[in-house]
Amino acid sequence: MLAEYLPIVVLIVLATGLAFIVVALGHLFGPRKPNPVKAEPYESGMRPYGPGRRRVSVHFYLIAVLFILFDIEIVFILPWAVVLREIKMVGLIEMAVFIGVLLAGLIYAWKTGALEWE
Amino acid sequence: MSLALLIEWSLKSVVIILVILGGFAYLTLFERRVLARMQTRIGPNRAGPWGLLQPVADGVKLIFNEELIPAQADKVLFLLAPVITVVPALILLAVIPFGPEVTLFGRSYYLGLASNVNVGVLYILAVSSIAVYGIVIAGWASGNKYALLGGVRSTAQMVSYELALALAFVGPIMLAGSMSVDAIIEGQRHLWYVILQPLGFLIFLIAAVAEINRAPFDMPEAEQELVAGYHAEYSGMKFALFFMAEYGKMIAVSFIAATMFLGGYLGPFIDRWPLLGPIYLFIKVVALLFFIVWLRATFPRFRYDQLMAFGWKILLPLGLLNVVVTGVIIVLVGG
Amino acid sequence: MTIDLVLFFGLALIAVVAAIAMIASRNAVYSALFLVFNFLTVATLYLLLNAAFIAVVQVTVYAGAIMVLFLFVIMLLGTERESIGGRIRWQMPLSIVLGLALAGELAYVLLRNDIVQGPLADLTVEFGSPASIGRVLFNEYLVPFEVTSILLLVAMIGAIVITRKQREEGK
Repeated sequence: MLAEYLPIVVLIVLATGLAFIVVALGHLFGPRKPNPVKAEPYESGMRPYGPGRRRVSVHFYLIAVLFILFDIEIVFILPWAVVLREIKMVGLIEMAVFIGVLLAGLIYAWKTGALEWE
Repeated sequence: MSLALLIEWSLKSVVIILVILGGFAYLTLFERRVLARMQTRIGPNRAGPWGLLQPVADGVKLIFNEELIPAQADKVLFLLAPVITVVPALILLAVIPFGPEVTLFGRSYYLGLASNVNVGVLYILAVSSIAVYGIVIAGWASGNKYALLGGVRSTAQMVSYELALALAFVGPIMLAGSMSVDAIIEGQRHLWYVILQPLGFLIFLIAAVAEINRAPFDMPEAEQELVAGYHAEYSGMKFALFFMAEYGKMIAVSFIAATMFLGGYLGPFIDRWPLLGPIYLFIKVVALLFFIVWLRATFPRFRYDQLMAFGWKILLPLGLLNVVVTGVIIVLVGG
Repeated sequence: MTIDLVLFFGLALIAVVAAIAMIASRNAVYSALFLVFNFLTVATLYLLLNAAFIAVVQVTVYAGAIMVLFLFVIMLLGTERESIGGRIRWQMPLSIVLGLALAGELAYVLLRNDIVQGPLADLTVEFGSPASIGRVLFNEYLVPFEVTSILLLVAMIGAIVITRKQREEGK
């Protein structure tokens, strides 16, 4: 069982190794003449102002929460899709109820403007 | 675990990485030439015959670029972000078979790395959900407000479209009754799933193009708003890695679309000459790549609010509808 | 069997180190990334237990989705580097009491004699596959499954309500 996944581990190790080699290559061959102006944040040639890391909009938090909830929904849908032919009509109704409840949530989010971007 | 097996897996892994790397290099040329033709230009044709050495020239130029690290950057994560971004792009193809079993010189070879695992489709989703970290970390580590905003925006975009992408997979899974990629290909022996799942295929294409940040959903490229987005501060080989990740993912989603909806390596006479498999797959992948490039030449870029609204209000409900309708048909028709 | 054991202890060690690094890290973004690493290690442990579906779901949901939320919250609060005020006074005694209680419980469970001994049953090929999980989930565990949808709905409404005021101010 585990043996089926070992080739993927080999691939991950090789891919990660390659990525680090590429980064190292750039550092090996690239010239390096740093100066304070080069090290400033790039803002289209304007003089940088304010902190580089500022607080992001609360809206991103909301999108992330909605994403988690629907991601979990999909994780339930996937095994359902595999066995649908066995559980037939009962399974269909079960899933229709499940999706219906979450759809109500999506409609609520829609109506309260949670999906609008200012 | 024997040494021979380990060598076999390593060789297959190297082939997968080379497919992505070589594909990346020549996809950039392909894209520039095709776009140029569509805009009645010629495109790069000076380096080598038909510009075939152009990717090599680009690579050499990037190696000798200066690697800038901004003073305000978080050094460790700034170095790590391109690595975290590129690895998912390189490992997505692990569950995609390149052909059926082939017998050569009396030994049979299996042309895939792990396409028989029973969670194959979920593996694709898991890897693409890890891919977002590189982008949000690159934005944060750069210490640049545009990069941070670009990184967070791209991440929110990717997670939003990941839902529709996952829902598009449900159709083929239902039809095949399995999440194993091999089973899904076998299920398409008589009829490709694109015929049975036209809406699913459409949702998959749109969501995939958004997921890999390609035009018309290419927010990171929106120069007039965000300078360049999450990779604004990157140069040299680290920039090349982000570039490689974008094109690698473009190739990977084309392989995935071809496999899930267009029959994968299947084609006429495949049983008689199994070596035709990789050729059929290659033709399908190139056709899909051409389509993605064509999109870039045709559509203007979405505004960010339109893009998010489209993902949540149109694509996600459509994906759910497709799941329910397909389920009803499967249960009623039987099968 | 021994290879499994070596793998288990190796992975367990990595998971514990990642967890400690997550708590010890001064920078919240680093903490979040150590937690992602910990989740990935735990997913590999699930794989070692022949639970492939759970392993991949662990990566998709925990490492992929929930940690994106954590990172967004860290960036929303803008408190990556700041230390969290002073220590809460009753934190230390309470943690010692709870820690001892947990240790006691663990010792009791481990020292009891009715722990299964001897060889474990052989696993079927189907064990832990999406199909076998689907069969059990949609037949025997139907009620918990449907209740989950209510739980998710409540979480969704909660998130929308608590951000409503700020979102309206932002406009």
